[in-house]
Amino acid sequence: MTCLRFARITSRQGDDELTVESEYSPDSDKIMSVSLGPQHPGAGHFRIRLWLDGDYVVRSDPDPGYVHRGEEKMGEYRNYIQNVPHLERPEILDSSNTLFPYALGVDELMNSKIPPRGQYLRVIMSEINRIISHMYFLAIQGYFMGHTTMITWCMGDRDFWIDLGERIGGARVTFAYIIPGGVRNDIPSYAIDKGLKTCDWFDKRMDEYEKIFFDNPMVHQRSDKIGVLSRSDALALGATGTVARASGLSFDVRKDEPYSSYEDFEFKTPVLLQGDSWARAYVALLDMREAVKIIRQALKKIPPGQVRLKLGPQPRVPAGEVYSRIEAARGEYSYHIVSDGSPRPYRLKIGSPSFKNLRVLPHLLRNVHVADIPVIYWGLNYWPVSADR
Amino acid sequence: MVVAQQEKTGAFQVLVGKIDDVLQYAIGDPMRYLANWGRLYSLWPVHLETACCSVEVGAAAGSRFDIERFGTLEAFGSLRACDLIIVMGTVTRKLAPRLKLIYDQMAEPKWVIAMGACSITGGLYFDSYNVLRGIDDIIPVDVYVPGCPPRAEALIQGIVLLQEKIRRMPTLGGR
Amino acid sequence: MPPTPPTLEPIRAKAFAAQIASRFPEVKVQWMKERRLKVTSSPLRMRELGLFVRDNMGFDHMSTVSAIDWIAKNELEVVYFIGSSTPGQEDFILAISEMVARDNPVVPTLIEVWKGAEYHERETHEMFGINFQGHPDQRHILLPEDWNDLPPLRKDYVSPGR
Repeated sequence: MTCLRFARITSRQGDDELTVESEYSPDSDKIMSVSLGPQHPGAGHFRIRLWLDGDYVVRSDPDPGYVHRGEEKMGEYRNYIQNVPHLERPEILDSSNTLFPYALGVDELMNSKIPPRGQYLRVIMSEINRIISHMYFLAIQGYFMGHTTMITWCMGDRDFWIDLGERIGGARVTFAYIIPGGVRNDIPSYAIDKGLKTCDWFDKRMDEYEKIFFDNPMVHQRSDKIGVLSRSDALALGATGTVARASGLSFDVRKDEPYSSYEDFEFKTPVLLQGDSWARAYVALLDMREAVKIIRQALKKIPPGQVRLKLGPQPRVPAGEVYSRIEAARGEYSYHIVSDGSPRPYRLKIGSPSFKNLRVLPHLLRNVHVADIPVIYWGLNYWPVSADR
Repeated sequence: MVVAQQEKTGAFQVLVGKIDDVLQYAIGDPMRYLANWGRLYSLWPVHLETACCSVEVGAAAGSRFDIERFGTLEAFGSLRACDLIIVMGTVTRKLAPRLKLIYDQMAEPKWVIAMGACSITGGLYFDSYNVLRGIDDIIPVDVYVPGCPPRAEALIQGIVLLQEKIRRMPTLGGR
Repeated sequence: MPPTPPTLEPIRAKAFAAQIASRFPEVKVQWMKERRLKVTSSPLRMRELGLFVRDNMGFDHMSTVSAIDWIAKNELEVVYFIGSSTPGQEDFILAISEMVARDNPVVPTLIEVWKGAEYHERETHEMFGINFQGHPDQRHILLPEDWNDLPPLRKDYVSPGR
């Protein structure tokens, strides 16, 4: 029985007819090639080509690019302030953390010193967004395991944090709050009270998550020792964020190079050693606990003053090159900005953590059951829109 | 004699005409109303996450803005059992032929909601090299929900608007 | 005007630059900051430099790979940003770059040095048209499969909307 190995489009756009090159393997009647395609409840905006031997995955090949919107090229056509709206959309779950390294990079190029109140507000918004992103991650992680309580609880509780972000930023998910020069506006006083109340309520709520999800024997059965990533592999493949910290690498940009007054806060970096899917989900919960601690400290001792430097609509950025990075929810988010003195960037390279973690996926999807694919794939906290930019 | 025959023919014609009206009134209209009522309260969207508006659809399907109370629940059977496709966000050149394929594979009657500015006109990404400027070049759209991203309540308003449109559908076939 | 922050003396960057220069004297330092260092080398010595930096200096965590199109100088620059997991060095990012001509850019792949560079090099290949010699698989990763135009991030490619 012949089996289709691959089919590739060989004609170019603009040709008269569509030609397809395909190869059939004549003697492999065991390996079947399947596409976990862009339309699949377990895949999202992403496609994984799988080669299956019965119920086992022999090889896999991720196929991103379905949401590639050309943000880097667009960044060269807009000036530094006009870049703010479209640069926060790649990782819309975590939108402030997407703008944070851009703002830090532009501030470094312009040699500006952000006022302390602005720095504290940046930290507060960054941590709120970290919680919002991790709640979505845990919701879908529970959902892919069939744990529908987790998705309804997490999606519902996530709305409290989105409400808090809305009181500070103005919109529901696209806050566009952290901009070069500081933050867009000051925090109203009712938001501070609501923030402290939300922190207290959420601490108790996270204990309940541990009871229903992380101590659940069914969840353990489905995610313990599934997709184990060793420490040396994680280091060689360039893993970052929750994936790296669940495998024993203690990478945390907030601790390694404290930016924006993170050195004023007391928090820990959770690191686990198992490296399996359960650990990757549990690290997210521990991250949220630390985030709540940071938000509480920041809201209580926020200094008075200005929040923003007056930059004007078309700031002139001196020529130079900068590589700025922060710790987003998914990992290290980095920007490489090259400026030639004009009001528009010369080169804007976005280093999203999902793209950095993508190389781990074909490494893990070998010799696993088909039923483990969603657990492993989503456990890498991979957001396709961010990897594709 | 001739007059009486004409009257009889006239009355017969009118009677037959009236039966046609009565049948349509008594059976056709209620059947269409029943079919439309069934369709609009069980719109099953295809699970196609297109781009960043999908987080607002996720929030809309969550416990706060519950679209399941409108009958719109995410069905995970086959694509051919779904009748609504919500194009959430930017459609790139790589996804466009797949979107057309998915739309063609769905069984009639089917409806399309274009959610977000990117699927209406290209939105924020109008000058990108890889983005389709609006999906109504490739598939016919029924309801446009503007926003970037539209709030979950706006998406619910879009679904209710689509339900109003289906309620008023004149034919039984679906268009 | 807000006061500029005091510039910190880039001690570690100077030490790293000296360590590289002791083994590769032709490598030029482009700029250095307290936690960043960028050096430029030629494509022929890139692999050796990568192995030296990974084994002897402890830079073993690939951060990202980028490229810059210097159309005025008719050159392309490929930059590798590498982080470290060695304690005391975790905040430092070393950038090693190489310049190639725009007409037929061929550089060696650094996959054997850092496995995580595979997808980054694929993306740089399709966005700039740079051929990474020795890369097992240089298909399109983000662009559509039947992309027929110039590599999009080059400066002579103009976006259709502009």
